[in-house]
Formats: sequence, structure tokens, C-alpha cells
Amino acid sequence: MNLSNEDVQDILRVLDSTSYDELKLETARFRLVLRRSAGGAWTQETQALSTPRRSDSADRAVEKATSGGGSVAGREAAAAAGVREPAAPGGAGDSRHGLHEVRPPMLGTFYRAPKPGAAPFVEVGSRVRPDTVVCIIETMKLMNSVCAGMAGEVVEICLDDAQFADESAVLLRIRPESTCA
Amino acid sequence: MRLRRVLIANRGEIAVRIARTCRSLGIETVLAASDADLDSLAARLADRTVRLGPAPSSASYLNVGAVVAAARAVHADAIHPGYGFLSENVRLARACDDAGIVFIGPTASQLDAVGDKLKARGHAVAAGLPVVPGGELDGESDARALAREIGFPVLVKAVAGGGGRGMKVVRAAEQLAPALELAMAEAQAAFGDARVYLERYVESGRHVEVQVLGDGEGAIHLGTRDCSIQRRYQKLVEEAPAPRLNAALREQMHGAAVAFARHLRYRGLGTVELLVDCAREAFYFLEMNARIQVEHPVTEAITGLDLVAEQIAVAEGRPLRLAQQDVRFDGHAIECRLNAEDWTRDFRPSPGDVLRAVFPAAPHVRVDTHLQSGSRVPPYYDSLLAKLVVHGADRADAVDRLREALAACTIDGIATNLPMHEALVQDAEFRAGGFDTRWFPRFLQARLQTPTDS
Repeated sequence: MNLSNEDVQDILRVLDSTSYDELKLETARFRLVLRRSAGGAWTQETQALSTPRRSDSADRAVEKATSGGGSVAGREAAAAAGVREPAAPGGAGDSRHGLHEVRPPMLGTFYRAPKPGAAPFVEVGSRVRPDTVVCIIETMKLMNSVCAGMAGEVVEICLDDAQFADESAVLLRIRPESTCA
Repeated sequence: MRLRRVLIANRGEIAVRIARTCRSLGIETVLAASDADLDSLAARLADRTVRLGPAPSSASYLNVGAVVAAARAVHADAIHPGYGFLSENVRLARACDDAGIVFIGPTASQLDAVGDKLKARGHAVAAGLPVVPGGELDGESDARALAREIGFPVLVKAVAGGGGRGMKVVRAAEQLAPALELAMAEAQAAFGDARVYLERYVESGRHVEVQVLGDGEGAIHLGTRDCSIQRRYQKLVEEAPAPRLNAALREQMHGAAVAFARHLRYRGLGTVELLVDCAREAFYFLEMNARIQVEHPVTEAITGLDLVAEQIAVAEGRPLRLAQQDVRFDGHAIECRLNAEDWTRDFRPSPGDVLRAVFPAAPHVRVDTHLQSGSRVPPYYDSLLAKLVVHGADRADAVDRLREALAACTIDGIATNLPMHEALVQDAEFRAGGFDTRWFPRFLQARLQTPTDS
């Protein structure tokens, strides 16, 4: 059970006839704060405090039903579990061993290829230019192409395809052209 | 069949929205949630929550097997798919049929007819609706030939598309191949279907859609919505009815939408999207969305109907509960989509923790949201945080109320596009209304070049 918009309107009608400018109401299930601004308009801050009701048996049934043919799901689950490697501290893009580190523009899911089943943008050993697209980061359903940022050779691809990358993750390492053998 | 327990196979504000109507109808709700949403507002409001799978939508909200297994495990007699995800997925509708579960939406064959945008074009032609020149793709060389035939600029669209995912404008032949690749990747990620097609890109037009409701026999319309304020095909502001539209043209559009629904013997709630060429006073069929849409509340505001309740009624096999003449339109409604996007930084997504969420509380304002103070906005899903919907006696009244309502909103902790809406609502051209889809990008460009006061 929770407060509906109609409930809030009913409470407001009562409040409007009083001189109060603020109401705080908290129960085990919800918290409601109504405030009247200087202009007379009311704002609401509501929070549902109830705990979601789960059932282990239902969860197990879903897991059992999906574990059979769920190789893709399984892989994504593993990928989603976290970033494999903690990022090197320090300035973005620069790093130890003179290697250029490619980092995500924002946190998201790392994709090596433009679409599932397609050839990856780059492999270890690929020569890249600054504007070569090396991977895609998907954040909130938006695909962001990530460029190498520097001419050189890809020496390491640090994440698995479809793995989640936080903002400090290193996606690839590139040996700058000037130091290439 | 009277529904008693509905599995909500979605998340965010629409899951909250569906739960609200189910509760008012006395229907029990079970939320099917990914790991990222087990503690969401929808999970707290639903009667029960069942785990679908890991956070990525391909492993949870897009997993037909998991959704059907969840419905079975909790003995739900129906699945409400919301919008996006599996809402127009033929496999889910068929799996529901096989499992004896009601799919709250059109029949599997109707989903197939309109969910596939190419087939939908064919049906539109058969129903007598005008369409934009275009066609399907059969590989890259074919795409080049077709694009030349249509003439640039062309629009790459996802066959399974919606909401602008997998949609790209291509202005020259050499941009075609990379645009196709990116569009296919987006389409795969958003819909689990990478197919795309080409259409002539109409540079100047208004995006006006007609809400329809059918029971498999008859169909009615619930008026127009204008969704011309878009960025990269993502709608940001919608209103009902579409303003400044010639009355005769509006009637023709209503008629076309109903003709299309009748041609399909459509059962459920749907939207016929039309592109209006303002100069020629003509319109073209774009596609049909065979689901409840994000912007449905503006139609609810002006008709007084609960569209989720109507959806459930026809899904229960009941005939339409109202005739066309029973549908009355009252005033004007506008919806703003509050997204987790920083409009000053190229609309960069902004997932994270919401420290505080405050919204207006007023009789003419409705806020559909999954946010509350302390919510987490995960990075895996779309950026919609809340829909602010205002209703006024007329458009000017609605715009005034919108300005007040926006001023009463506070979302702390993440970047949002609230300042963009505040700037928009003060713009003289916005206040006039009736612009085409090119207007908003120009507004953005002008605003982002000059420092804003926010």
C-alpha cells in the first residue's frame, strides 16, 4: 500500500485551509514531505519505505528455467559482475611504460565490435590513428564510439566484450607510434 | 477472462504506472526485475517482486524465456510488457499464447504486422494511407543502390525500432556504411534485432501521432499528440492535442489512424505515427507503435481516460467500453521528459545516486516517476527519470502551469535536463507552438552557444 496522487491532493486540500507551510508524515511504509513555497505552490517529496517482497522459490524457478540455454546471459552476467582490472591511478590517458591508456568517456558496457558477431574494431597488434574507432561504450542505451586518441599500435585489450567498465577503467593500451619499433 | 494477477515485465516509471492502475482495479502485481532494480520504487510498490536476471537488459528485460518463466513461477495470468524491451516482441506474445498467459497488447500476428516496420508500411498502403518513399535492405551494396534511388538525405531506421534507437540520418553515400553499422548495433542492443531499412528523410515536418484503441472488431481514436520536440529522434516534450493543425487535416489523420487499426482488426492500445508536411498540408504514415507509449499521459489528461485500464479491458476480451462519440477532449496537456542527461555537455548520460527528488504537488500536475530521494539510476537502461505532465484550459494556460511546475522540481545528485525544459518553456516560439522537427535543434544550438542563467 502506498500513497496515491489522489491521497496527496486530498491532504493538500486540508492543508490549504490551514496556515501550515510544511507537513512531514512518516510511517513504516512511506515518508511524505509537503512544503508550501513563498509563492503558495506546494511541492512533494515522497519515499516508499516498504521492502520489496521476494520469493526464493519463484526466483529459483526463473533461474532454473533460464540457466539451460543461457550462455549469452551467463556471459553477460559474468561480464556485468565487475571490471576485471582496477585502473591505474593518475592522469587519464597517460601511464606507465609509456603506453597510452584508452579510457571510457563515461561508465558503461564495453563492446569490441560494431554489432554482435561482427569483426572487432581492433585486435592486439592493430595499427591505429588518433581517430580510429577502437570500441563502443554503451551507457543508458546510447552507443558512444571510442577513438584511439593517439597513433600507434594496440598492445592490450583490457576488458572482455560486453564487460561493464566504470569511469576509471582502462579499455585498451596503445604503444605510441614514436616509440614503436 | 478477468485478470487477477499481472506480471509487470518492465522497469522505471512505466512499471510504477502500471502497478498504480492494477491496484485501482484490484489486480495483484508482480514486478519482474533485474538485479539493478530489485530495490526500485516499482519493486516497493508491487505486491511481489521476482528476479529476472542480471542487470544488462539482454540478460533480463529482453530475455523472453526469463519473462515467461517468471510469469509461470508466480502464477500470473497476464504479462504487461510496458513500452520498449519486449513490449512489441512477437516471440513473447507467442510464448504467452502457448503458456496460456494473457499478453496485454495486440495479438502476435498484429505485432508481427506492425512491429516489423516494413510490413507495417505494406499494411498502411493496403489501408489507403500515404507513405514516405523507402524500402528494405539486403546488404550494403543494395543499401547504396536504394539510397541513390530514394535520394539523399536518407534515414536509416530499425525494422524493430522505436524511440529513435537505431535511427540515423545519412546525407552522403560515403556515410552510409558506417551509419548502417552503428544503427544495427543500436538496434541489436535496444531490440535484440539488428535489421534496418531506408526511408527518405523529410527535413521539414511535424511528428503528429494518433492514439487508437481497438478490441479486435471495432477501433476508435483518442485524438492527436504532437511530438515534434525531439533530439536525435528522442522525444523530449509531447502535447495533446497537436496544436495549430487545420481542422480538416486533423480529421483526415484521425480517419487514417482508425482505418489502419480497422484494417488490422487491431486489439489493444496503439499509436499511428504520422509525419505532417506543414507546407503541403499533407501527412504520411511512419509506423505504428503497438504498445502503450511514454507520452500516453497527455492523452489521458485531455480525455480523462486511464489507458492502462482500457488496455487491460480489451486484453480481458471485453469489447470497447466507449464509442467514438463518447470520447471528449478537454483543454490542452503537455509532458516534459526529465532525463538523466546533461544538456550543457552534449546530453551526456548521468547515471548515479539521487540524493533528493522533489516534485510539484498540484491538482493540474501529474508526475510519473520511479525516482525518490535515495534512488539509484543505473547505467544499463534509458535515461528517463520522470514525466512532468500539466493540464490547462488551453495551450497558453498549460504552458504557464508547466513553467510553475518545472520551477517546483528539484533533482539533486545527478545531472538532468530540467534546466533545458525551463529555458524551453520561456521561449516565445515554444509558447506559440506548432513548429516542425527542425525547430528544437535550432533552439538548442542558439541556447548552448550563449551562456544560460542556470
